[in-house]
Amino acid sequence: MSTQLSIPISREAVEKQSRANGEPEWLTALRAEAAGLSETLALPKPEKTRIDRWNLGALGTYKPSEAAASPDSLPEDIRALVPSGTSANLLVQRNSGVVYSHLADELKAKGVIYTDLETAAREHGDLVKSHLFTAIAKDEDKLAAIHAALWNGGVFIYVPKNVEVDIPLQALLFQDDAEATFAPHILIVADTHSSVTYVDHVISGQAGRTAPAVHSGAVEIIVKAGAKVRFASIHNMADNVVDLSTRRAIIGNDASVEWIIGDLHDGNTLSDTKSVLKGNGSTSDAKVISVGTHSQNMSLTTQAVHFGLSSDSNMVTRAVMRDEASAIINGITKIEKGATKANGVQTERVLMLSPKARGDANPILLIDEDDVTAGHAASVGQVNPEQIHYLMSRGIRRAEAERLIINGFLAPVVSEIPIEAVREQLQRLLEGKLGS
Amino acid sequence: MATRFVLEGLRAAIDGKEILKGIDLEIKGGEIHAIMGPNGTGKSTLASAIMGHPKYEVTDGAAQLDGEDVLEMAVDERARAGLFLAMQYPSEIAGVTNSDFLRSAINARRGEGNEISLIKFIRQMEGKMKELEMNTEFAHRYLNEGFSGGEKKRNEILQMMMLDPKIVILDEIDSGLDIDALKVVAAGVNAMRSEERGFLIITHYQRLLNYITPDFVHVMMQGRIVKSGGPELAQRLEAEGYDWVKEELGIVDETVGQA
Ligand SMILES: Nc1ncnc2c1ncn2[C@@H]1O[C@H](COP(=O)(O)OP(=O)(O)O)[C@@H](O)[C@H]1O
Ligand SMILES: [Mg+2]
Repeated sequence: MSTQLSIPISREAVEKQSRANGEPEWLTALRAEAAGLSETLALPKPEKTRIDRWNLGALGTYKPSEAAASPDSLPEDIRALVPSGTSANLLVQRNSGVVYSHLADELKAKGVIYTDLETAAREHGDLVKSHLFTAIAKDEDKLAAIHAALWNGGVFIYVPKNVEVDIPLQALLFQDDAEATFAPHILIVADTHSSVTYVDHVISGQAGRTAPAVHSGAVEIIVKAGAKVRFASIHNMADNVVDLSTRRAIIGNDASVEWIIGDLHDGNTLSDTKSVLKGNGSTSDAKVISVGTHSQNMSLTTQAVHFGLSSDSNMVTRAVMRDEASAIINGITKIEKGATKANGVQTERVLMLSPKARGDANPILLIDEDDVTAGHAASVGQVNPEQIHYLMSRGIRRAEAERLIINGFLAPVVSEIPIEAVREQLQRLLEGKLGS
Repeated sequence: MATRFVLEGLRAAIDGKEILKGIDLEIKGGEIHAIMGPNGTGKSTLASAIMGHPKYEVTDGAAQLDGEDVLEMAVDERARAGLFLAMQYPSEIAGVTNSDFLRSAINARRGEGNEISLIKFIRQMEGKMKELEMNTEFAHRYLNEGFSGGEKKRNEILQMMMLDPKIVILDEIDSGLDIDALKVVAAGVNAMRSEERGFLIITHYQRLLNYITPDFVHVMMQGRIVKSGGPELAQRLEAEGYDWVKEELGIVDETVGQA
């Protein structure tokens, strides 16, 4: 019964596009190889989620957009999301290509690079080549290979040694043409003892809300010794868009990564965020918030793999499921042999607001070393009627009582988000998804 | 209009089992009524039924506040009409701060467009917290989460003070309080005494009544009020226990559930 999923990728077309874009030969070869792999590799099989039934074929074709002289010339519904302040370090991808990017001169002078990945591959070939697809293997599975063959636009950040970037680098990645391939690849390289915060928002423009589409997204973060990267991403695309997002960080000695993920997408979602704690004393902290509505299916995974001595990971996922939405939430903490004194903890909690909603929390600890600490907690439940009664007995109306309890459920994560603008944006989107 | 709360022949069941077997009671503004009785006699059931807890089904009788049918109202409407129940076991709600909760409750009463200003609210809340000798840090804590028994009780009284109800029901507000806390809570209640407000104080110890002098004392057994009197009744119960009441009335088992 399982028909072979036909995903139309031709090696020739991929090579041709790469050449037309003036990409270096190594990149053309990488894409071509990935295109070949995509034919033979199998789809990933996330726990209890039949992604083979999703519309994964709606990959579109490469359609770059005209460059925008300033964020003011973006479509109106997108412009509203542009962070205020002209000094913002901002990059905008529309459909298959980046249309705007700006980095403050002062950061340029310090050697910081913030540009689209296509340009970076041409202008900073060695830096890109030595890091691209090192955190994500292009042969990990069929979806990884498709992404490696087709990725476009994207983001490249390089922060030199000892440079601390105080202001967040921000990106808006949007699709308003469902026929365009939308496959941003984000590569962040933080050199030793540097620090940077990156914030993005992945959305559909009004015009992109008609036909089915796929967002094939990937994030690679390379955090060198003593460096700190904070990554925040909010996804909220139309309900006929499939969101495929793979995120990986490789963390060096005494380096740290912080993930803040708002999976507020309206369509099917495969979101996988993994930290590889290579270095001794490395740390990772992941916070994931999600709201599921209508009949969307979500597979949300966080992972931490410990190699370094005294490495430390913390993962928290909180999801609210409404209507007939379903979320399978996986947390995997793996501590490899030799990672002594490592500590890994995870929590997954799902709050169900409707009898037809489905939530599943699967915490997994895989531990091959004795001298470690690890812990997990998971729960799936409904709004407690005693709590509703208590609030109502003080005069609060039922709808408001529910709103307080749901926000309260998410608050322990939302309130911990260290970037105010992200917290507010998340709050707004949460109210939108919870209130409709 | 002077506050008047009337129960007539109130019967209530839980899971189909009748617990309250006909309660008649009238509380006017300015009055303090105490309901005493051993455990398991239906005191909390009475409080919950009045407030409209969904597990308790009122099977017969009437409840009116200032002439309005309370039983027809949803829980939140009852509260906005002026009923307040300090619960024996208040819920804990993670993620909702005490102050957000209180402000929502106040604004629910005031209505849209007439919300209390943040500054005024904070000033009021901190003032009341001082009266109750609560650390103002409790305003930012999640509602009742990790509060000790005594802290929860103070928090119930804080809500009472902020919400300014017409009829206050205190269910075992004294349990789990040491003597100093008891005095603070009693002072809070006494400060709220007024001609417009009536109180129903549920307790099984006379202790609290040393600090809050009731006008009427009722004894509850087997889901009924079996005896009523003045403050002297509470004193006799404290001195002699409940056995003499049972003997007088020929009651063997005072709890609800047999018969
Ligand atoms: N939630 C409940 N579920 C089942 N039975 C209950 C419940 N609450 C009260 N009851 C029954 O009602 C009787 C009276 O309980 P309650 O009103 O709590 O007494 P009191 O407050 O006087 O100690 C008890 O004997 C108990 O069996
Ligand atoms: Mg009781």
